[in-house]
This record gives sequence, C-alpha cells and structure tokens, in this order.
Amino acid sequence: MLATADPATATAPLARRRRAIGEVLLAVENISLRFGGVRALSGVSFDIRKGEIRAIIGPNGAGKSSMLNVINGFYHPQEGRIVWKGEARPRMRPHEAAKGGIARTFQNIALFKGMSTLDNIMTGRILKMRASFLEQALWIGRGRSEELRERAFVERIIDFLEIQHIRHTPVGKLPYGLQKRVELARALAMEPELLLLDEPMAGMNLEEKEDMCRFILDVNEEFGTTVALIEHDMSVVMDISDRVVVLDYGRLLADGTPDEVRNDPAVIEAYLGVTHG
Amino acid sequence: MAELGPVLEVLLGGLMSGVLYSLVALGFVLIFKASGVFNFAQGAMVLFAALSLVRLAEWLPFALALLLTVAIMIAVAWAIERLVLRPLVGQHGLILFMATIGVTFFLDGFGQTIWGSNVYQLDLGIPSTPWFLLEGLFPGGILVSPVDVFATVIAGSLVLALSIFFHGTRIGRALRAVADDHQAAQSVGIPLNQIWLIVWSTAGIVALVAGMAWGSKLGVQFSLSLVALKALPVLILGGLTSIPGAIVGGLVVGAGEKLAELYIGPSIGGGIEYWFAYVLALAVLLVRPQGLFGEKIIERV
Repeated sequence: MLATADPATATAPLARRRRAIGEVLLAVENISLRFGGVRALSGVSFDIRKGEIRAIIGPNGAGKSSMLNVINGFYHPQEGRIVWKGEARPRMRPHEAAKGGIARTFQNIALFKGMSTLDNIMTGRILKMRASFLEQALWIGRGRSEELRERAFVERIIDFLEIQHIRHTPVGKLPYGLQKRVELARALAMEPELLLLDEPMAGMNLEEKEDMCRFILDVNEEFGTTVALIEHDMSVVMDISDRVVVLDYGRLLADGTPDEVRNDPAVIEAYLGVTHG
Repeated sequence: MAELGPVLEVLLGGLMSGVLYSLVALGFVLIFKASGVFNFAQGAMVLFAALSLVRLAEWLPFALALLLTVAIMIAVAWAIERLVLRPLVGQHGLILFMATIGVTFFLDGFGQTIWGSNVYQLDLGIPSTPWFLLEGLFPGGILVSPVDVFATVIAGSLVLALSIFFHGTRIGRALRAVADDHQAAQSVGIPLNQIWLIVWSTAGIVALVAGMAWGSKLGVQFSLSLVALKALPVLILGGLTSIPGAIVGGLVVGAGEKLAELYIGPSIGGGIEYWFAYVLALAVLLVRPQGLFGEKIIERV
C-alpha cells in the first residue's frame, strides 16, 4: 500500500492527520442517471481510494444523495458504471453491495424504530451469521455461540460510540443526535470497507457535530475504514476530508483536496453566486 | 343475572372461537407487517388450503396430504407475491389492496374449480361428543367442544412458534427489520425478495392451520373464505402490526360477541352476535385508531 503524507496537516484542531491512502477502492465512471425527463446525474466520474475520507458536496439538488444511491445500488444509472475493487458491478442491488462491503447511513435516518438500540445494531451482523434456522430457534450449537459472539462484537461498537446507556431503548424514543449515532453503529457493525454517510451531521448542535466528527475520524483511523460522506457544513468538510468532490446540477464541478476545491473559481461561483468578468 | 356455570360456558366457548378469529387475523398481520400489503386474499387462502387438504386426504394418507398442502400453499403464496404484488412494488397501498381483492375472487373460483364446490367433512379424528368439565362445581358442568380445544391448542402452538421465529432467529430479526424500514433493511444486506417470500409462505401455512381449524368445525365449504371478514374487527381492535394484538383482539371479539348475545341480546331481540364485533371495532377505531396494540404513527414535523 502506498503511504502518502497529507500535506495540510498542521493547523485545524480536528485536523486531517497522517493517513495511509491506498489504491482505488471504488471508481465512479461516467455515471448518468435520469428519472423520467429529469437528469439527476450527468456523466459524473471520480474515485474513492482506500483509507481516505472523501467528501461529496454541492448545493441542494446537486445529485449528492442520488450519487450515494447509485453507489450502493438503490438506483441503477442509465449510463456509466461502478467499479468496486477493480470489478465492474452492473445492476448491483443494495443487499449485494452490503455483502460486498459497502455500508451506509441515510439523510433522514432509517432505523428500525420498533427495535432497541442493541437489536438495531445486531441487524448489521446479519450477514455474518451462519447458523441454521433450527439452531437459532432452539438456541443450541452454532445458534447460541454465534449469537453470543456477535453480541460481544456489537458491545464493542456500543462502547466505541459511547451509547451504552441507551442499549435497550427503542430507537424511536431517542433524540435525533443519538439516532444518528445508532445508525452509524449499525453501519459499523457490518465491518464495511466503504462507509457511506449521507449528511451525518445534519440537524445536530455544535457539540453533537464535534462528537460525530471525532467518531468518523476515529473509525477511519482505528479501523482503516474508507469513508465517503455528504455534508453541508463546509468547515466540517474542510477539516476532516482528504479529498472533495463538488457536484452542481448533477455535473462534476470540481475534484481535489479541500484547499484546491476551496480556491476553485467554479466552486466559489456555484456557492456564492459570484460572477466573473 | 345468569348462573355462573352457563356464563363460564359461554365465555369459554367465546374465547375459543376467538382463537379461530386470531388465526385468520395472524395471516393478515404477518404480511402487513413485512410488506405493508393488506392482503384481503387471506380468507381465500384459508379456503384454498382447507379444500386442498380435504380433497387430497381422500386419496392419500392424511400426513402426506398435509405435507403436500403445505407445499401447495407455499407455491400459492409464492405465485401471489411474485406474479401480482412484485410488479406493483412502490404503488399506492390502495392499489395493492385492490389487487389482493382480485386475487381473492380468483382463488375462490379457482379453488372450487379444481377441488369441487360441495361441503366436505374434514375429519381430524377428534371426538365430536362434547366434554363436560367441572361437573362437581356446576350443575351439568361446563360444555366444551373438543374441536374448539384442539383448535386452541394448535393456534397456541402456532403463535408460540411464530414468536420464537420472530424473536429468536436471524430471519426473524431480518423480518422485523424489513417490517420497520425497507431501505435500511436492504442496506444492511437483507434481500427483500427472499424475506417477502418467507413471509408469504408463512402466511400460507397460517392459512392452512386456520383452514383446518375452521374446516373441522364448519365443514370445508365456500363460506370459509368469509372468515376473513371476521378478522377485520379483530385487526382493528388489535392493530394491524401486532401479533399479540391479533391474539388479544381475537379473544376480545370472540368472548365479547358471545357475552353480548347473552346479556344484551335478549333485550333487543337477539341476533346481536353477528354484528357486535363490528360495532366494537368501530368504537375502538374512534377512540384509538391504531388499535390496542398497534404502533402509533408519529410524524416528525
């Protein structure tokens, strides 16, 4: 693996730290997506490299969420292809993406509201469980050992994200910020290679945002999980991401390090409405 | 005031017929929970299952006929899901509901075309002479029908099996996840299609059990399909999404209609049993639209 030192580590408190950025994990190649006559994405290409935190930003309606939905198979683009670990995955369905190592969270929190925090996170382990139906139902053999093993794994995630106190609370009753955290926990329980986060900090107060930032950085650094996130809060994006993709009206506007993107005239124009000349 | 003995007898009889309502309601709840489809064809599935079993049992040993019927019900459930509802995924709930009404008429007709439309006796080998319990306590004892007891035991075991299935297994956890949020379930790697197939098959088997219980009581005939109508007040009472709700709702409706007949019936000329459940359901609907056990849907604004 290629270890590249990040150039801009020095200043910010939640700064980008030295990370090992490796080969291309996922390549988005010339993706076009239409809903009827509406073009959500037009010819978008970029890649996500192993170990990096990759941000996708852009104004409302730029196609950011559509992009995530294409990556994890909720939408199938009319043109272009997704190459996952060097292999083109045409018409990959969401559960296949999950099997392949892609986990995600949702903009509007998609938790299993009737279930407890623990049960929600346990669903992230469903793909890891192999015991037969009977063994599970009767709580014997592999059914028992497996449930205990997975439970222990989930407990570690619960500790990691500091949600021990809400272990048995039905998630529908939790405040917004905690629900977001449980959703992250469920995604982490899948031990994904690529973690897609759709506005992980939307609607959070400052303190919750800082917590979430710290968790994302910790996940990335301790588990080496590659992260692709959509976020509106620019200071957050610039602080934690290694590279940034900017979308606007479904097109790729810019792609580069936070500094490059920040100084890109096209980006400035799209965000601030400054006209040149 | 009636004597305690007869009242207990009526209550017990009511509770046990309530279990039969629960059985039918259970099929509705399973499918609605997991796929959001209100499957009106559940009653037709009950009829189809009972017809298949009773006619196959004329030719084959009972155990074999039962096994074959299970296979048939899984195939029927699979066909409904695959051919009718899968193409309609994402459509409005009312459209799905209408589709299941179509399926109801098809299954009723198709079932009687291939299996015949007479009244068939389903003999499960249960004695038909009633039992008299607690004869020492009450004069004449309490009359209990063995068929009802059998149905209750079967329904009880089925509910127990289902709750172990739902809460103790990975598939159960996946089912509950799908019931709560389709997208999220897919994102953790649960294949929706497989889950729906499992749910529909389970509903098919529940229909078979209900068909056996009702069929041995009333004979296997077209009117079995109409038990679906009796499940409606049970569902309103118990909530569309709750398995315990279906059970309790069934018991309340069963006991309620019999007791209402006993106490209120005479003063208004009787016949109250046939509509009491619906009035009860209406009252519940006005006070608690989500049912006794249903999940209250709170929209975040």
